[in-house]
Amino acid sequence: MLKRPHYLAIGGTALLLLALLNLPASVAERLKLVVSGSFLPLFGLRTAAHSFLDRASFQLLPRSVLIDELVRIRKENADLQITALQGAEALTENTRLRAALATSPRGPWNRRFARVIGRDSTTWWRTLRIDLGSRDGVQPNQVVMTAQGLVGRISQVGLTHSDVALVGDAECGVAVAVRETRDQGIIKPGQASSGEGGMVEMSLLQNSPEVMAGQTVVTSGLGGVFPAGIPVGLVQDSRVAEGGLFTTARLRLAVPLNRLDEVWVLQP
Amino acid sequence: MNLHRLSIAFLFLVTWLAVFAQTQFFGIRQWLGVPLALVPALVSYAALTHGIVITSAISILAGLWIDSLSASNLGVSVAPHFLLGFALQIRRHLILRDQRYAQFWIGFGAGVSVNLLVLLLLSAGSREPLSGWFTLWQIPMLGLLNGVACPAAFRLFDALERTFDYRPVFQSSFRSDRETVRGRHDRIH
Repeated sequence: MLKRPHYLAIGGTALLLLALLNLPASVAERLKLVVSGSFLPLFGLRTAAHSFLDRASFQLLPRSVLIDELVRIRKENADLQITALQGAEALTENTRLRAALATSPRGPWNRRFARVIGRDSTTWWRTLRIDLGSRDGVQPNQVVMTAQGLVGRISQVGLTHSDVALVGDAECGVAVAVRETRDQGIIKPGQASSGEGGMVEMSLLQNSPEVMAGQTVVTSGLGGVFPAGIPVGLVQDSRVAEGGLFTTARLRLAVPLNRLDEVWVLQP
Repeated sequence: MNLHRLSIAFLFLVTWLAVFAQTQFFGIRQWLGVPLALVPALVSYAALTHGIVITSAISILAGLWIDSLSASNLGVSVAPHFLLGFALQIRRHLILRDQRYAQFWIGFGAGVSVNLLVLLLLSAGSREPLSGWFTLWQIPMLGLLNGVACPAAFRLFDALERTFDYRPVFQSSFRSDRETVRGRHDRIH
């Protein structure tokens, strides 16, 4: 038998839900930031504990291991400097050719290091939280990547943290191209995106029988959010969709999104 | 602060920590394919041991906290948690809540039903949530996690009560001033 407090609880909750679900998007987003602000001490504690453990593990590492690592990094650094020299030459040539063709030059990627401090609290979205916010110059739609490839885009920005919609999430459509064939397509969320398998589905804009397993997919630069040329993944398999009008392909993402600890945010 | 208030404060604190835990423990998430989502078990515990006001407050706050750390619209998770808490609260006199196996199945049912309801609500929205064949693994796994967490919650809060409550005073029938000493000349003190 229901009593007065039960009716009050039902009425109160229903009213609250009606109010929350009918809020304008901008107000709801702000309210969300306010509510999630209650977790800031815990996120701060997590970051502090993480850096403490990092420092402690460095203290415990034997000197010989550190020296080996230093030698390896020096070699890698020298190798990358030579590659950068080659790249700089190509960039100069590219800028000259673009000027000759009267197209706008490609600017350099200004990047900012960020740590992953959390993931989506549910299984239904593919997002993560980083420790850079508006006070660090982060803005919505900025690109997030690692050295391996594309991670996603900034979807929501707080003062000290930001949420990143990962590739394959409903909030992160990506215009892509197959590097070998230059076929254009888009990555859409769907069944292949579910779970933690690192797979997404790509729809090519036309029937492309030459797209096959092992080919590299990069951002095409269309859409204006992602600059062209960032690796997205490798084609696993492809099939012609119903009616034979276009091809769909499954991609294994270049970045293991479920094992990310550190990312880079590209800023203008 | 009396024990009742302390246990309520502790319940809110554990729920807050549980919501934060849902965003952490990447290894477990990768291994199980689901986050460490234990809030339905805590709402079940609240419904079986506290009144409607506390149950509603826990459901609403937990739902808001979960949505604030997710890409879901704010408020989507409130309704499933509230419905679970309310249903258990009004039927709790019929539930064998002290039995471990009953607690397990309540937690399991809570984990499955809340997540199915959330998925249903999200699917009705404008954005399509990530679901597919893998969801058939994720939902029972969330049920299992909550099935294990529900008896654990009962044990945890029972331990808290034992720690902070007054210890019961056992009165023995033996009294030293009424001791009977047996011997040649029996006497009673």
